[in-house]
Parts: sequence; structure tokens; C-alpha cells
Amino acid sequence: MPKIEYILTVGIETHVQLKTKSKLFSGSDNDSKDSVANTLINHIDFGLPGALPVLNEKAIELASKAAFALNSKPSYFSKFDRKHYFYPDLPMGYQISQYDQPIIVGGYVEFYCNDQLRRVNITRAHLESDAGKSIHPDNQNYSLVDLNRAGTPLLEIVSEPEMHSPEEAKAYAHELYLLMRYADVSEANLYYGNMRFDVNVSISKDNQLGTRTETKNLNSFRSIERAITYEMNRQIDLIESGQQVIQETRGWNDTKGQGYSMRSKENADDYRYMPDPDLPPILLDDQYILKIQQSMPKLPKYWRQQVSKHSLSTSIIESLIEAEIEYSLNNLDYLVNLPTNQARVIANWLVNIELPLRKKLAESAKNIELSDKNIQQIYNQVYSIFESGEISSTNIKLLISQLLTMKKLPKDVKEVAKESKLLQTSDEGLLNDIVDQVLANNPQAVKDLKEGKDKAIGFLVGQVMKGSKGQANPTIVTTLIKSKIG
Amino acid sequence: MSNWPKIQQLAKEVNSGKTSAASLVAKSLALIEQKKEFQAIISTTSDRARRRAEEIDNKVKKGQNAGRLAGVPFIAKDNFLAFGAETTAASNMLKGFDAPYQATAINKLEAEGAICVAKANLDAFAHGSSTENSDFFTTLNPYDKSRVPGGSSGGSAASIALDVAPFSLGTDTGGSIRAPASFCGVVGYKPTYGLVSRSGVVAMASSTDCIGALANCVEDVALVMEVMSGQDDLDSTTVEVKDNKFSDFKKPNKQIKIGLVKEYLADGINQKVKDRVLSISEKISNNGDIVKEISLPSLPLALAVYYILCPAEVASNLSRYDGQRYGFSDANSKSLEESYYNSRSKGFGNEAKRRIMIGTYVLSSGYYDAYYKKAQIVRTKMINEFTEAFKKVDYLIGPATPTTAFKIGEFTADPLSMYLNDIVLVAANLVGIPSIAIPAGKVDKLPIGVQLMARQKEDHNLINYAKYLEELINA
Repeated sequence: MPKIEYILTVGIETHVQLKTKSKLFSGSDNDSKDSVANTLINHIDFGLPGALPVLNEKAIELASKAAFALNSKPSYFSKFDRKHYFYPDLPMGYQISQYDQPIIVGGYVEFYCNDQLRRVNITRAHLESDAGKSIHPDNQNYSLVDLNRAGTPLLEIVSEPEMHSPEEAKAYAHELYLLMRYADVSEANLYYGNMRFDVNVSISKDNQLGTRTETKNLNSFRSIERAITYEMNRQIDLIESGQQVIQETRGWNDTKGQGYSMRSKENADDYRYMPDPDLPPILLDDQYILKIQQSMPKLPKYWRQQVSKHSLSTSIIESLIEAEIEYSLNNLDYLVNLPTNQARVIANWLVNIELPLRKKLAESAKNIELSDKNIQQIYNQVYSIFESGEISSTNIKLLISQLLTMKKLPKDVKEVAKESKLLQTSDEGLLNDIVDQVLANNPQAVKDLKEGKDKAIGFLVGQVMKGSKGQANPTIVTTLIKSKIG
Repeated sequence: MSNWPKIQQLAKEVNSGKTSAASLVAKSLALIEQKKEFQAIISTTSDRARRRAEEIDNKVKKGQNAGRLAGVPFIAKDNFLAFGAETTAASNMLKGFDAPYQATAINKLEAEGAICVAKANLDAFAHGSSTENSDFFTTLNPYDKSRVPGGSSGGSAASIALDVAPFSLGTDTGGSIRAPASFCGVVGYKPTYGLVSRSGVVAMASSTDCIGALANCVEDVALVMEVMSGQDDLDSTTVEVKDNKFSDFKKPNKQIKIGLVKEYLADGINQKVKDRVLSISEKISNNGDIVKEISLPSLPLALAVYYILCPAEVASNLSRYDGQRYGFSDANSKSLEESYYNSRSKGFGNEAKRRIMIGTYVLSSGYYDAYYKKAQIVRTKMINEFTEAFKKVDYLIGPATPTTAFKIGEFTADPLSMYLNDIVLVAANLVGIPSIAIPAGKVDKLPIGVQLMARQKEDHNLINYAKYLEELINA
């Protein structure tokens, strides 16, 4: 089938949960992660008679930060509106949202996709309160409602329909995720649904956009890519077989890797939007906006530029940027201030030794107890041992792993290395015996070497290294072998 | 002679031990029982009221000050969430609802030692002008049992006229305190929008809902308003008024200019009522102040604007009554849809349904611009007209109701005529300015009120002048 001639167009609506202590319009705890159902609610979240919403100013601050992260500015004037619909997890019968005057208008996100710099424009972003959770137990004639999440502040970021491949959409979502974390706007924990994505997908053969569908509630980057690919293929198949794409809301089953129809949008919902008379408009002045701008944390773009002077590989940089935010910030700052040679070596240790170690420890609910600062001191010392050529790369990994799991910073890293016999030895007397042993045990290799097959030397050196438990200095071993065989 | 001395006096007597809170509560409860036939009261909070009286008396015995309203019994309209009895808003929807928190206004009064003894009848959810829309029963006018007390705070106004408590609380969304005050011959006060917290009061139309007080005299109303007013963290539309010592009365030291609102003396206002207003105006000018006619050309549109905006907000505010968490829930429904449908169909009365339908209609896509948006534009125009008027005069004067109390059943078949009753009152709500209704004598043996309006946040001045006018009328 000539699928190649279709143009895919994707726009994404992202719901970002703001990291406020309390909810958007009530004093209830906003952290519903591990709480017992319906324990984080008060009269406002429950929609009791006479209960009035009161705006949490922290949410305005975080939304304003998000504005700068999106290369925009918070609006001087924005307001809240009521969006009406009936559902048991919506206690007031309306959601408080922002309809025509949102807190953020315009902006863009820049990111790399297949080494190409891409820019996706942001239409708008508005504040709204989340609904509760409805739980529908299998094979039961009832549903359950948990209102802990009801009233959680969300920032809904709406992109222009400017993405044209599943990978690009995934990369956009990922960059947005990094931005929200670096701007200190959201915990952005995907597992807990702190970010949820709705993808609008259409295909066409020309610039005229096709009928779009919306696949709702995607909660991982991979599912974004898969759901878009699935939906693109479904729409192409429909059109190729002479059918039409219906505008509809769809869901995504990640286990089956399939999308499914939820409801048709032919009878458009009428939400009867109305300005919320309980909430005065949000008025921000230049002074406030400037204060937010000045308090903006450094964003991924800044760090990428900073560390790029060390010519680190993209995958190393992105791994560092992607780690837990505090860890990332500490170590990026640390690396930026190191000489290039040292930075490149240590960046490699951070990504290939420390991060996997942390992951492994986390699996057994353990942690590295040393502070990031202490770890940096360790790295600086290990680096000077490394530079002196006294340790093999295998042993560096062992040494770092050993040091990082210590309870406190050791007085002298080199002492630890020595005690653990991880340093290379240049003691020719000791090496002599091992070399002799290896040469005696490997007559074929010795023969090959004598016949000029240079590969054999590598094998023999390796055997000596093994025999010395990594403590031998390979340069010295090579010289020794060569002199013995002559 | 009233059964009750002035509130300040009463609190003084309680604080000095001359009388006890317990005896005042007992007296009020006994009077309520005596006047039961008027059906002003939905429930009493007697147990809790007696306990609170005891606490206050103990405080006094220990030599502590029990507050500026120590031991003073009051009656709250039943759309105030209060402990000690159900909060029903006179609706089947909320019948049996026990409030888990109290209205800020009630908390503030209690903090000064006042004691809520009963909950007064109203038109269900405050929708109406007569209490005939109460899902339970109609309150009778204390001056003529065949007539309505006005509404929606009809039970609150009747209670004061029946003299069963020194003051009562009402809500005024489009005249609901001032109209029954006029019909029952008592003082009713609607403050500047936002002066008193709406938290814990069943919402009707949020952008015009105001909490106010009713009593026998301006002085009592002033003290109660002073205690209730102020910024509240639970209501972001509340405002702090600097000049908030309403109970400090000072004689205006300059010549006051009063605007006699031309549109409020037009057709549709009873001639004898007009005459009362004109004769009071004459009294004012005879006593040295200036009265001049003033026109607010948009006023004839006020009722139309009100009956677009108010139902829109009502429809929205009543969305929460869905039978799923509290309030009436139809037990026989087989699905969620059915439960919504049946709970709301059976739980709401006709007037609530009427307003939900109008409100839903005007907010529907395609109609929003034609109705809601246009109404907001006229509302803004009206605000500007009032601002201009208040550049020329200090206060506006007019009748508080177009007629005296009408007969029970007179308008029940014609809701639109019923709405006309509020024609002279809704503008103050739409504009957010303070307005007070004070008794202006009688017309054909029935009480009638006169209405005074002032600039936003000038509640203190308005109360001062109302007290002066009250004395002038009674002189």
C-alpha cells in the first residue's frame, strides 16, 4: 500500500499536575499518591452546599514559571470559568477551568528529533482543577469514586498541530517533561499520572488537514509513539478502503497495543462555559512577572549548551539531564566547572557506573548514603589515580562501586583502592612469575606470537591481567612478554 | 412595645449578670412556639442553643466578657449552614441534611456570644418573593394571615415582625431581604457585595448573593452587620471596608443630597406607595437636606438582566445536587443516568426547575452571546449609570416594594408577575451597592418600606443616614 504519500499531523494536549502543597481551590493535601481513598478532601473538594473555591496562589506562581519554560509569559489578565457536565467524580457538577482567557497564550518548545532541531508552537496553557478518580470493578454493578485527586491543580498545555511523525511527538512530550521538571513546576512522575497526554491525530495527502481523532490519557512516552503509529495506520487503512475517519474520542490499551473508540463527537458536548462568579480574575503586574522571570531555574537547554563545551556525547548528556532532578542539577553544575578531560571521564562514570548502581540499589530499596558533594570529592580523587595510570578500567568500576556504597566519605580514596588490591602493580618481580606461568600454559599463543601473529600478544596480556586480578600494569606486561619471547 | 430591648442593651445585661443567656433563649423558644401558626420557622436548634446559653452564662459567672452579642438569640434563614438542626434551604433536596460546617457569618456572630435558636422558612433555595415556593409550607404575614410575608427571607422577616427574636439573618440576591422587610414592617439590610462572607450559605446566584440582617431598628441591624462583615479566607469575593464601625453613629455634618429615582415612581408602582415615598422625601427636604429627581435610564432593563444572569448562576450552582453524595437520592434508580434524572426531578421544586431550564438555555452554545453576554453588557452599563448618579447625589431613595404584601396564591399561577415584585430591588444587587429597607408607615393597614441606596463600600454612611431617616419617619 502506498502509505508513504500520507502526511501525519499531530497536536498534543498535556495535563501537567502542579507540585503545590495543597489543592487548586482548597487547603486539602495535594499529594494523593499513596493515600487511602477519600481522605484528602474537605467541604470544598466534596462540593458541599455553601462551599466556595479559594485560589491557591502557589499555582499561579508555578503556572507563571511554566510560561517562561515555554518561551512565553504569564498573562496580565486571566480568569476562571465553569465547565459543566455531570459525572460522579466531579462533585460540583462543573470543572473550574479557564475558557477564553488562559494564563498562558503562545510560546514554543524546542527539541531534537533524529538530530534535527524542531520547534513546536504552543497555542495556550490554562489552569484547571482535576476531577476525582472513578473505579469500575470488573463484573460488578457499581462504581467507586475517590475524590483525593479532585481539585488537584493541572496546567493543560495545548500544542499547535505541528508534529508529523510518532517519534517527533514522543520527543516533544519528552522535552515538555524535562521542562516541567527543570522549571520546578511539576514532579512530572509519569507513573503517578503527574503528566497525561491526549494526542490529536489526523492524516491527509495535502495541506488540508484530515478529520482528527483524539486518543486520551496516555501516560508514557512509549505509549504516545505507539498510539500515534496505531492511529495513523488505522486512519490510512480506513481511507485506503474507501471509508471515512470519524471525529471521535478514543482510548488506548497499552497491554494489547490497541486503540479503541470511546465516544463520537458528532453530537458535540455543550459544556455551557460561564465565568466563575466565585473567583475574581487573576491580575498579574510587571513586577510580579519580572520576579518570576528572575527566579527561573536553569532549563535543559542551558545545561546542554554548558556541558557541550566538553564535547560529551548526546546520550551521555541526555542521561545526565534525565536523572532525578536534584542529582542532575548537582552533577551538571559539577561537570561544567571541571577541565574538559576530567569532565569527559567523570561524566562517563556518572552515567555508566553510578546511575546503574543507583538503579540496582533502588530495586532492593537501598540508597547511596553519601551526598552528591562527597561523591564529587571521591570522583576527583579517583580521577587522579586514573590519570596516573595506576588502575585498570575494570577496577575503576569496582573501586567506584565500593566507594559509593560506603557510609561516609573515606579519608583517602587511594588507601581504599590499595587495601582492596585494585591498583595496578609495576612490581616486575611479582609480574615475572605470572608472565612465566602464562607463557608456560599457553604454548600455542607463544608460537603464534613468534610467527608474527600480533593478535596473540593481546590474549597473553589479558591472561596476565586475569592472573594478577587486574592489578598488573598492561604496558609493563606487554614489554615483559616481548622481552621474554624476544 | 417590643419583647426585646436593643441588642446592645441586651448583651450588656447578660454580661453584667442582670439577665441570663439561658432565660433569653428560653424566652425566644417560647415565643417561637406561641407564634407557630405563622409558620415562620422550619426547625429550632433548641438543644444546642441551651448548651451555648449555659456556656455563655458560665463565662459571665467567671467574670469573663461573653462578647458584644452575649446571649442574644437570633434566627437564621434556613439556607445558612448551622449546627444544631438540619439545613434544608426549604427544599426537599436538602431535607435531612446535617451541616458538617457552619457559615462564616454564624461563626462570627457566635464568637461574639450570639445564639442561633431557629432556622427560618424561605422560598426553596431562595427562589421567590413570597415563601410560597418553600417545599414545606408558606409563612403567613404577621399583619394579615391571608397574605404572604414576602420572600425569599420571608420566615426571617416574619420572625422579627412577630418579635420572637431580636434579629434574624437573611440573604438578598435580588431583593430577598428588603422585600419581606417591606411587607413585614421591619428593617432589612443588604450590604455592599462581598462585605459579608458567603461561605457556608447555600448559593443562589453567586455574583449577587449578599448576606444581611433584619431587625426592628437600624441600630440593631448596624451592630449585627458590623460583627458579620470582613474579609474571609473562605470567600475570595469578600472585601474589607475601612469604615466598618457601623454601630458608631455620627450625625452627618453636611447637607445631604438625595436622589429620588424617577424610574421607581413609574407605572406599575402602587399610587399609595408612591405617595408614601414622596411624603417622606418632602420630610427630608423640610429638614434641610436636598431631594432631587434623578433618572437611571437602564433601570427598566434591570429585571430582564437579572432573570438571565441569576438563572444562569442558579443552574450552575444547583449542579452539585445530583443525589450522589448528600441530599435527596432516588433509591429506585437502576443506573447513574436514571439516578441523576430521578433525584433531580423529585428533589427540586418547580421554581428551581424553571430556573435551571432558563439558566441552561441562556448558557447553551449559540445562545450565550445573545443572552448571558448581552446581559453582562447591560449590567456594566447600569454600574456606570449608578456611578454617574452617585457623583450628583449621596443616596438614592425609592420604594422597597411596588405594593404592600399580596394575597397568598395571588401570583402562583403567573411566575412572571411574581418576578415583578423585585423590580425596584434587583438593581442594587446587579450593581453591588448597599441598600436598606426601613419601615415607612402603612398603606391600607399593611406595612410598606422605603429603600435607600449608597455607593459601594459606603455601608457606614448609609446606615447612619438610615438611622436619621428612621427617626424622621417615626417623629
